[in-house]
Amino acid sequence: MKSSLVDTPRYDREAGLTDLEDESIHILREVATNYERPVLLFSGGKDSLVLLRLAEKAFWPGRIPFPVMHVDTGHNFPEVLESRDRRIDELGVRLIVARVQDSIDAGRVTEVPGQPRNPLQTVTLRDAIAEHGFDAVLGGARRDEEKARAKERVFSVRDESGRWDPRNQWPELWQLYSGKPRHGYHMRVFPLSNWTELDIWSYIRRERLALPSIYFAHERVVVPRDGMLIAVTPHTPVTEEESPRVEMVRYRTVGDTTCTGAVRSTAATLDDIVGEIATTRLTERGATRADDRTSDASMEDRKREGYF
Amino acid sequence: MPGLLRVTTAGSVNDGKSTLIGRLLQDAKAIFDDQFAAVSAASRRRGRDEADLALHVDGLREEREQGITIDVAYRYFGTPRRAFVLADTPGHVEYTRNMVTGASTADVAIILADARHGLVEQCRRHAAIAGLLRVRHVVLAVNKMDLVDFAEEAFDRIAGDFDQLARRLGIPSWTAVPISALHGDNVVARSGRTPWYSGQSLLAHLETLEIPAVDDAGTRFVVQLPVRADADGNYQGYAGRVASGTLHAGDTVTVSPGGWTTRVTAIDTFDGALEEAPTGRSVVVRLADDREIERGGLLSTGAVPAVSGSLVATACWLTDEPLRPGERYRIRHATGEVAALVDAVESRLDVSTLDSMPTDELGLNDIGTVRLRAAERLVLDRYTESRVTGGFLFVEDSSGAPVGAGLVEHPTRA
Repeated sequence: MKSSLVDTPRYDREAGLTDLEDESIHILREVATNYERPVLLFSGGKDSLVLLRLAEKAFWPGRIPFPVMHVDTGHNFPEVLESRDRRIDELGVRLIVARVQDSIDAGRVTEVPGQPRNPLQTVTLRDAIAEHGFDAVLGGARRDEEKARAKERVFSVRDESGRWDPRNQWPELWQLYSGKPRHGYHMRVFPLSNWTELDIWSYIRRERLALPSIYFAHERVVVPRDGMLIAVTPHTPVTEEESPRVEMVRYRTVGDTTCTGAVRSTAATLDDIVGEIATTRLTERGATRADDRTSDASMEDRKREGYF
Repeated sequence: MPGLLRVTTAGSVNDGKSTLIGRLLQDAKAIFDDQFAAVSAASRRRGRDEADLALHVDGLREEREQGITIDVAYRYFGTPRRAFVLADTPGHVEYTRNMVTGASTADVAIILADARHGLVEQCRRHAAIAGLLRVRHVVLAVNKMDLVDFAEEAFDRIAGDFDQLARRLGIPSWTAVPISALHGDNVVARSGRTPWYSGQSLLAHLETLEIPAVDDAGTRFVVQLPVRADADGNYQGYAGRVASGTLHAGDTVTVSPGGWTTRVTAIDTFDGALEEAPTGRSVVVRLADDREIERGGLLSTGAVPAVSGSLVATACWLTDEPLRPGERYRIRHATGEVAALVDAVESRLDVSTLDSMPTDELGLNDIGTVRLRAAERLVLDRYTESRVTGGFLFVEDSSGAPVGAGLVEHPTRA
């Protein structure tokens, strides 16, 4: 019998979002009760804003029982820092800022002029985890972002140096997530693992979360570089061969200004953005991130070194 | 209303699983242009003319280099009718533990069989795991139908074999679909080459499938953490997730392990109070009694769960070091983590015959029956009655790593 769309219920995205929210809240509460020193990584970007909202709900009517930490490359969009600080104030949580610049000044990492600082974050993150003795580090990474991430557990065990070993991941069954590892290992925890980019935007719309303005269409001076539109900033000066121009753009991801590209867009509202994401033919990283283009396995390699 | 459907896929090596998933993802437009370009470029580097979609599915360098799947990958795709989370698990026996990981949260398992070879041992193992973990619906995808000229008899024979297997394994509901993943027959659209097949395509079947609720234990709610609001010291609630059944405001519930009863006065969430919370909802419950309940306490309606430190369980062993009598592990259960001693290893399941064989140890990937004694009491349901309160992990004390999956058969008297 041929079935038709007419007599079949359509996917209920609202119900789907509630399912995802319930799962994430469960994970956040497990972290709070199983670990002594959790921390939540927060950049002010869209995924970490969703993660922080879920934490707010998970511990309501109490407060979020752990601090948040920003691993700061120093190459920020000012709108994102404002958004970060506004949310921190609203929730009354403690913010720790771990600065890549401090790692550079201390000689822990060496900056390569003209190269993004994203890879350097790994050392700053590892040092901050050791300094504060964090045993669970919550991040907003999603499995749909990248093919190596698609392989990672929700509770991802990391060794003393924060390294991920994809061959020796711990089994993860039912809702019984792994508990505390011994031997100085720690856990990276990704409550948004099962969310897609479209889920994130639909949820932001549903929750009416305030976002940094750069996620919405605006005019900006950009230069085309490596197939992306890079904003002209003090950290990303124009070279002689390039001709900057004004384009109507927005950001799909927000990271280090030097490796995050803008996309041409006229999406000015959350409804516009949800519509745009629902029909896009490019992944968010493919469209906007230079750091994933280095090789076929660049994310896997960075995770093996202790990246988020 | 259909929400998320969690699907796990399993098949023996070379049954065409990665090809099937690649086709499902591509036809559902879940492979984006930049991903497809990357796969095409990688395929060319390997000397292939056509894009090999397995290179997209296999996310680790080692997997792409060796052409095998090592660990579970999670895929997300949606159609207008439904959204899917697909746990793509490896077929090789060495990675059975990863299949167990995928199956434990799945609503549906797709088991691939090669139309030429039928139900080989790996298919039987996967069916056994799906049955054991109580995946609620199984789809037997009889693949490579093109290589048997789309013969109805070949399909019927394999489906008939599976029927017997499903009966023995207690798989409650299953459907067989004849497909060719390579050519797309019956994957997304019905194929003209199987006129004798009256069912839906694989995707249409998944889109329209109604998943029955099968947890019969009654309502179960495990306390994750007690909540006290700072601002208002009077607020005392219990945060947790409904493990099975539906919890209603006004319900009289039994509190385990204490065994006392009380009444649910409110079901709260950040977004407002609820009259009822179905399975899976994360909420804060307030009770009429102000007696303290700790993390791991369980609220129930219906049959009261057992409170016991001794149990008989089915174990799926997931590590090289065998499970033997006299060994000590920690048991990680929804209601607590406690030290436990293995009293006895009684039998091992022979996956080809499905017979229980006497044994005194379980090795990697073995499934068998064991007796355990825990240092403290746990609140237990039979796994067949509740996935959440009937399942547990064996945890190695020295590393904290889970080394086995346990399914409560029944509690015993200490």
